[in-house]
Amino acid sequence: MSKKLNNTYLIPYLLWIGLFVVAPLGMILYYSFFDIEGHFSIGNYIRFFTPIYLKMAASSISYAFLITFFTLLIAYPAAYLLTRLKNRQLWLLLIILPTWINVLLKAYAFIGLLGTYGLANTLLALSGIGRQQILFTGFSFVFVSVYLFIPFMILPIYNSLEKLNTSYVDAAYDLGASSWATFRRVIFPLTLEGVKSGCQAVFIPALSLFMLTRLIAGNRVITLGTAIEEHFLVTQDWGMGATIAVFLILAMVLVMVLMGRGWVKRW
Amino acid sequence: MAENTIIHFNHVSKQFDGETILRDISFEIERGKFYTLLGPSGCGKTTILRLIAGFLEPSGGTIEFDGHSVNKLPPNKRQVNTVFQDYALFPHLNVFENVAFGLRINKLPNKEIATRVKEALHFVNLDGYENREIADLSGGQKQRVAIARAIVNRPQVLLLDEPLSALDLKLRTAMQSELRQLQRRLGITFIFVTHDQEEALAMSDEIFVLNKGKIEQSGSPRSIYDEPINRFVADFIGESNIIPGNMVRDRVVSFAGKVFDCVDQGFDENEAVEIVIRPEDLELKQRGEGLLQVRVESQLFRGVHYEIIGKDKDGNAWMIHSTKSTKLGEEIGLFFEPEAIHVMRHGESEEDFDRRLESYEGVCHV
Repeated sequence: MSKKLNNTYLIPYLLWIGLFVVAPLGMILYYSFFDIEGHFSIGNYIRFFTPIYLKMAASSISYAFLITFFTLLIAYPAAYLLTRLKNRQLWLLLIILPTWINVLLKAYAFIGLLGTYGLANTLLALSGIGRQQILFTGFSFVFVSVYLFIPFMILPIYNSLEKLNTSYVDAAYDLGASSWATFRRVIFPLTLEGVKSGCQAVFIPALSLFMLTRLIAGNRVITLGTAIEEHFLVTQDWGMGATIAVFLILAMVLVMVLMGRGWVKRW
Repeated sequence: MAENTIIHFNHVSKQFDGETILRDISFEIERGKFYTLLGPSGCGKTTILRLIAGFLEPSGGTIEFDGHSVNKLPPNKRQVNTVFQDYALFPHLNVFENVAFGLRINKLPNKEIATRVKEALHFVNLDGYENREIADLSGGQKQRVAIARAIVNRPQVLLLDEPLSALDLKLRTAMQSELRQLQRRLGITFIFVTHDQEEALAMSDEIFVLNKGKIEQSGSPRSIYDEPINRFVADFIGESNIIPGNMVRDRVVSFAGKVFDCVDQGFDENEAVEIVIRPEDLELKQRGEGLLQVRVESQLFRGVHYEIIGKDKDGNAWMIHSTKSTKLGEEIGLFFEPEAIHVMRHGESEEDFDRRLESYEGVCHV
């Protein structure tokens, strides 16, 4: 009786999954086997392995790596500091707050800040270095992406640091470990779960960033996300767009599987 | 200061957020002995342990280790190791790596690490457990790993923070004698924190009884049990009958409306005192016999003995431990030897107490 009831409750969820997860995935897979003229072919898959798309994939992956790396570099110490502060809830709120603002708005704000006559360049000019091209570079792309992703990295790491039993830290000190050794041998390994989920939350969306590539990187950075957008909206080659999406999904699955198997442990 | 002293607390005090945890504590810890800090929760015993380990800094006074002040020395530079209450074994490392942790920090060669870990595990009867995961161990095994992890570093002093409190009674009793044996074999100082008086009595060379941030009494288990300094110690350690009385003169005390011979002296004439008689020192007699007459109010079977509560004519309640049973409402006689009576002076300091005892017993109470 109760089992039947539970199944009834599952129906809306299953419907949702079916309509918005399984069906779109199926459609992506379906479209990926049709060329631009609507003929069935595996040509799209062959085309993906040509230098132009491979380069795009490599660029996507390396930028996602860079973004994840720098986000982690900033977020871990920030999360650590956060656990030691007095008004943690307030600080946490301040970190979460920017995520409530639309990404587009934040991107435009950065255009203003990083532009030729923006605040950053004004400061550079005043300090005597002179105005630089900041916007529309790989640097600005990574910089803004890191900014956007930091809260998603801080939260899981903060949670795992909060859960960490302080007596482990005491025990490490007691056994003669310095602060650094305690961090490296005890605190970091025990908060790895948080680091992993943080890296997933950053790396996977970073793979398919496309709006920022145009607004902040001025199309100087071409990721797979950009390519998908171009194919669907500009060249109307839905088949190729879908094929790239299939590879992107495979990459995401791969990341999740690797993360689950302690990929960060060796890293 | 004795030559054998390893830790010396010199007027140490500790405050947290304006609240006093320890007030002006002084004591010495000697090499190779088993010490117990005993007291109710909140008495400051764990604070003392954390001060020795270096997790806390005293607010006043100095802590000396081997004759040098260690007030500012961080825990990772001290020659003490701790067995934590929750063991604090690293869950991401197996038994071997947990025990090897301190040795790896000290960059010992792998070969030596392997031998010493093996040795330490052998010491705590965990041979062959090297590759076990912490999560797969029982409470008693975790306990042993925690001890092995501490002693493998060959500390001069081992601190144990209520390490037995999470174990069931049977295992706890077994671990008590095991710990005692371990301390004898290692020959290092153990400082053991507990709120369990039986544990303290069973294991220690010396007990510090703490209450509200002060040492109430220190001494061997026997002397603390037989000659508690005040009502708190008498009550906290073992069961006691504490009855108001009057010191008639040396070796004569009156209570419960009668006058008795005792072995205590050094009081003022007719000084109001409290007397202690342990329930097991009271002997059941027929009605009309013995030194006191009481009426049985309640009786509990405790396994080893009956716990009988009787009231005398003055309304004093007497707890008696006896293997013989009585009937409720029955009048019984109680007998006790003069040595069973222990007389306590109100508000006597430990120094005065020790001096008074020495004056007539001619033996030093340590």
